[in-house]
Amino acid sequence: MPNNFYTKKVMNHFKKPHNYGRLEKADGVGTVGNAVCGDVMRLYIKIGLDKKKQEVIKDIKFETFGCVAAIASSSAITDLAKGKTLKSALKISKAGIADSLGGLPPVKMHCSLLASDALAEAAYDYLFSNKKEIPSDLEAKHKQISKDRKRTEKKYKDWMEEQKKIMDKN
Amino acid sequence: MAKISEKKPNKNQARRQNIYMDYGAATPVDPRVLKSLSRFPSEFFGNTMSLHSFGRKAKAKLEESREILADLINAEPREIIFTGSATESNNLALKGIASANRQKGGHIIISPIEHSCVKESADWLEGQGFEISRLKVDEYGLVDPREVKKLIRKDTILVSVMHANNEIGTIEPIEEIGKICRNKGVYFHTDAAQSLGKIPIDVKKMNIDLLTGSSQKMYGPKGAACLFVRKGIKINPILHGGGQEFGLRPATVNVPAVYGFAKAGLFCGKEMRKESEKLRKLRDKLIKGIKAKISGAFLNGHPQKRLPNNINFRFEFIEGEALIAKLDIKGIAASTGSACSSEKLQPSHVLLAIGLAPQKAHGSLRLTLGRWTTDKEVNYVLEVLPEIIKELREISPFKK
Repeated sequence: MPNNFYTKKVMNHFKKPHNYGRLEKADGVGTVGNAVCGDVMRLYIKIGLDKKKQEVIKDIKFETFGCVAAIASSSAITDLAKGKTLKSALKISKAGIADSLGGLPPVKMHCSLLASDALAEAAYDYLFSNKKEIPSDLEAKHKQISKDRKRTEKKYKDWMEEQKKIMDKN
Repeated sequence: MAKISEKKPNKNQARRQNIYMDYGAATPVDPRVLKSLSRFPSEFFGNTMSLHSFGRKAKAKLEESREILADLINAEPREIIFTGSATESNNLALKGIASANRQKGGHIIISPIEHSCVKESADWLEGQGFEISRLKVDEYGLVDPREVKKLIRKDTILVSVMHANNEIGTIEPIEEIGKICRNKGVYFHTDAAQSLGKIPIDVKKMNIDLLTGSSQKMYGPKGAACLFVRKGIKINPILHGGGQEFGLRPATVNVPAVYGFAKAGLFCGKEMRKESEKLRKLRDKLIKGIKAKISGAFLNGHPQKRLPNNINFRFEFIEGEALIAKLDIKGIAASTGSACSSEKLQPSHVLLAIGLAPQKAHGSLRLTLGRWTTDKEVNYVLEVLPEIIKELREISPFKK
């Protein structure tokens, strides 16, 4: 399966994921996906300022429950986002993530979308909790993600509650 | 001439293992079977329908095959129909019975854990106006024969319950279900693709009217399977053509594959007791070892009523495709019921039917052992698997 289904780059990330684990004292945390569908991705970001006083992603880490593509996409986005200004990191698209992995099978493209959503959510969390101005497109994306989440939670009500209990325990 | 570069293995580099634990998906052809096929391309290539000596030679091999497989399940040779795959046999059983018995009624009963070829055939028949009742199974995947009895109606024409489940290995109470169907005058079909050659089957004792068997699950070549059809059963062909296989499966018979199937059946029959005993020991060692070494590991399927070669576990906070990929990197071939490993992105219907929530079904691992599985291989899996589970849990947000 992995040998001809996934690219070498995907498998390299999967074998040795970069920047995984929890980031203590993170400035922003974004969690997307759900276990019912098989992927949960969480990104932690630490924000600093560069010489031009722009907000920069100083550190980033991920925790992911999911398939090979989900783990590889998580690892790839941490590489792409690390050191970038928040503004330019938010421009990382699902296609950009997939490209950096040498491509993803069509059926797995949603994994790279999940990764870019997780970053958007982490950025939103940082801006929101620091009472900073939230760009309108990020606001819109956050609304869409929340809407999707609510829809899934409704659809899989009983199962989601169980998942929430587990996540809250952590 | 110089040999094309043959790399010497680097002693410092740990040799990649090559452990096959997916015998439930496909089995290698037994070398003894392969040997028996060596004369086929030049000697037994004839068309079994030809009247000349070449045709007769092939026909003799075909009939010999029929006898061997009939013997394996205590049937008459005339009751064995050769087909190209278990999928085809199951399609023939369901659609062939449905079309030939429409006058009696249009009601068919199946279990919810059938292989997709039975499930999809039933779904298709439903679209054609037949009524399908789906049984329930308990947490182990067992059908309750009393429920079968309850669901049978005047217009029921067929009950189809598999002998042993391909994913979780649970062995169904076929004999009891068969008895109920016989008493009620309803045809009973069982898909024995996973069990034929592994555990005893007696179609007379078990009251079976139709039974599917597959060559490539029992060390025979691909491209051959059979459908046992009890004498006197009303069934129509689903393919139409030249009248081979008593008119039920018209197409030039793939005699080499069929003969390989039969030879494989012969060895399975002879060695069944010894082989299943060996596999049961290895299976139980794996089950015990996994339970002892890995927390949050739960056995899927019945602890006793299960195929001697099947192990199916669910691991908390693990996604199956990632697990299979990690095992593959370590040289272990296995399979999963995770949605992420399937084209449809749906978790296995079998795991959902036994009551697992989707997020639990994602974390399943199936290991199926076979003729060449060794104790050493089992030990290696028990050494590697806990590490892999630990690694995957370490990067998961669910970790404790």
